[in-house]
Amino acid sequence: MTAPFHKTLRKHALALVTLLALAAAPFLGFGDGFALSLLARAMILGMAAVSLSLLVGGAGLVSLGHAATMGIGAYTVVAFDAAGISEGLIVFPAAIAAAAAYALVTGAVSLRTSGVHFIMITLAFGQMAFFTTSSFSSLGGDDGYTLYARTEWLGTRILDSRLTFHFLCLGLLALVWVGGGLLLGSRFGRVLRAARENPQRALAVGFQPYPYRLVAYVMAGAVGGLAGALLANATEFVSPALLSWTRSGELLFMVILGGVGQLGGAILGALAIVLLEESLSHLMVYWRLVFGPLLVLSVLFLPDGLVGAPLRLRAAFRFASPKRRNADA
Amino acid sequence: MPDPLLELRGLSKNFGALTVTSDVSLTVLPGEIHAIIGPNGAGKTTLIHQISGTLRPDRGTIRFAGQDVTALPFERRARLGLARSFQITSIVPGFTALENVALAVQARSGSSFRFLRPVAGEAALNAEARAALDTVGLGRVADRGAAALSHGEKRQLELAIAIAMNPRLLLLDEPLAGAGPEETERLIGILRALRSRYGILLVEHDMQAVFALADRISVLVYGRVIVTGTVDEIRGHPEVRTAYLGEDALA
Amino acid sequence: MSMLLVQALNGLQFGVLLFLVAAGLSLVFGVMDLINLAHGVQYMLGAYVAATLGVWTGSFWLGALLSLPVALLVGLALEWLVFRHLYRRDHLSQVLATFGVILTVEEATRALWGSAPQTVLEPSGLTGGPMGGVEIVAGLIYPTYRLVIIGVGIVVPLLLWFLVERTRAGMLVRAGATHPAMVSALGVDIRRLFTVVFAFGAMLAGFAGALASPIFPVAPGMGDTVLILCFVVIVIGGVGSIRGAFIAALLVGLLDSVGRAMLPDLLRLVLDPSSARQTGAALASMLVYIVMAAILFFRPAGLFPGGRSA
Repeated sequence: MTAPFHKTLRKHALALVTLLALAAAPFLGFGDGFALSLLARAMILGMAAVSLSLLVGGAGLVSLGHAATMGIGAYTVVAFDAAGISEGLIVFPAAIAAAAAYALVTGAVSLRTSGVHFIMITLAFGQMAFFTTSSFSSLGGDDGYTLYARTEWLGTRILDSRLTFHFLCLGLLALVWVGGGLLLGSRFGRVLRAARENPQRALAVGFQPYPYRLVAYVMAGAVGGLAGALLANATEFVSPALLSWTRSGELLFMVILGGVGQLGGAILGALAIVLLEESLSHLMVYWRLVFGPLLVLSVLFLPDGLVGAPLRLRAAFRFASPKRRNADA
Repeated sequence: MPDPLLELRGLSKNFGALTVTSDVSLTVLPGEIHAIIGPNGAGKTTLIHQISGTLRPDRGTIRFAGQDVTALPFERRARLGLARSFQITSIVPGFTALENVALAVQARSGSSFRFLRPVAGEAALNAEARAALDTVGLGRVADRGAAALSHGEKRQLELAIAIAMNPRLLLLDEPLAGAGPEETERLIGILRALRSRYGILLVEHDMQAVFALADRISVLVYGRVIVTGTVDEIRGHPEVRTAYLGEDALA
Repeated sequence: MSMLLVQALNGLQFGVLLFLVAAGLSLVFGVMDLINLAHGVQYMLGAYVAATLGVWTGSFWLGALLSLPVALLVGLALEWLVFRHLYRRDHLSQVLATFGVILTVEEATRALWGSAPQTVLEPSGLTGGPMGGVEIVAGLIYPTYRLVIIGVGIVVPLLLWFLVERTRAGMLVRAGATHPAMVSALGVDIRRLFTVVFAFGAMLAGFAGALASPIFPVAPGMGDTVLILCFVVIVIGGVGSIRGAFIAALLVGLLDSVGRAMLPDLLRLVLDPSSARQTGAALASMLVYIVMAAILFFRPAGLFPGGRSA
């Protein structure tokens, strides 16, 4: 953070360019309803992915149940909608609080374990949330629920404008990304990072990682809840599928595809996955026959994710053409 | 005699049928280096684990700075001023040397539930961390990644981290392990400089280092302290010669 | 009372199937330190292959038997293509790559067989109902086929126990789980050991799928449900412990079946019938997860912590 400005800029260049491109997109031919709703979905999932990246890359906590926080946020909007309440000042804080509360309770148990057990138990809690939502028969059960109206703000229906919604999502995404970056560079973040790399060392200087991890887990849950509330507004339809474990896997995948080391990678990963899914599913019926192998290949060959890809490509290129390396040197 | 900084009384620990610590009682006085020696498998590291709080003794009490800490966990004891180094170097490899030490300073200066202000820019933390690095002679590599340090430098870094905790007692588990002759020389110099400021409990295999540094020595065999005494007393003790040192070690 | 007995038998039979899948998963994790999310795919393929070949050959048993080599071959192919490259990677990469495998294979299944569930009849001669049932207590008839599954579930764990505890290969597997470096230092080709263990696990899961095909709907997502429950089984039982997996599988199977049958009735004592049915069903789906969370809260390493610690 004290690093020179240009260095910071360079480190985050890819994520910044992505955010700028998202800001310009509506004016560069992506302003129609379809494109905007697609981009909104990508940004919202990007938000959830950034919060997950905070856990995975920052705190070393691989959660396979993060979609649950998103689903709880979305279902809070739905529950208020069914009760005839759609005021954003009530609905959004409630969605965030509900997801944070879920994260607090499940995190308190899950964080007692580590490694594989942690992956499994977060998965299990995610399944619990999934089954709970599918039992809400007044909210559509397995079939899901269609919102009567998007959330209002102080009685105005500003979210109905796709363009406003686009920039709201973009602004929040940028906020989550910058906030997450500050968090990792803070005192709190330093404890998290130390405990990820060497928990024994953290203990030896007097830090019990548990409360720090729990707070991080709750924060990520809150952001997940926010993303869920936005997603409910973006699609105006919510079903338990939002909480399925494959959704959690997908979020995790966005984080990894983008690159674990940097929060901005998650934005890139989310965008890449959403766009890839969309275009593939237009091209063919069984599009996962291509998508699945691509996932596998990217794990095998892009261990540093998209953020690390340029470096890796350059290294591979140099390796392939020794002549050029000599010329460089 | 001043009040002991650390006092073990009747410490015992079994792993199943195996007795690893048997009725160990010893003290460390302020400003004293008390060394523990003994053959491999004597239970030295297990003892360190119990003192630092990573292992609970079956019986006995541990008093530190006048307080019974037997039931306190590792990190709470650390906050009371009990700093431990590890037999196998334990640092945060992804941090710089400075950041490794600053983490220890941070642990004792104010809350770490601060979420936005960049910690790398906290001058107070960095200044104290630099001072600790200078004490062990690592000032010049402060900004280097910890993973890139040489083995000896990593051992020095561990010492710097321990010092930065502003401890009252240093628990050093084989601080010289794996160090070359030159590095050993340097580390001994550092330890000697530290002796007056802290009580030190030292577990070490290097006999020359132990004899050069220790005020008192306890000999641990099969989990039991067979004798405690000054360097000269230990050198001359017949039981020690047969049980552990062997004749040629003193030749 | 007889209702409870039937549910207990159903639970036992479900637990047995879970064990067949979980055993392979646990072995693979214990020996290779590999989290294989795609293990459920073997179960699904076993069911599909048994269903299709059962129709072709006209015999359920022939179909089930033929599903074994097919599951084995698919397992070997996947090991060679993907998993082999993951042994040295972190758990995160393993989770993701095997997740990609699930997406691919399930989509391929959809492309080949369609999304609609396949129906498989219980094998002739053993069909359920009054004709092919066994009277277990006076007036209570239980389908023979389901008893056969329970029987298999007693034989296979015994066989497995014998293989792991009493044979040289089993000794290597046990040693490989705790001291992989030492085993390869002894000159054992640890790669080949991995492949064998992997293929064996894949076959067990495929076999479980074939056995399950007449009882559960044969559909593309069937592997996921079982896989997640198997993870619950492994976590409850203790990672890498076959004995733990067996006990936990029976526990999970029983909890699930009995919970589904009993909870709505129990809740009717305090709630009105419709909400009792609803809450009861939801609670029953969550029951195993609640129990798992409770067990982990008190014993973070599971009931029988053994083998490799996570």
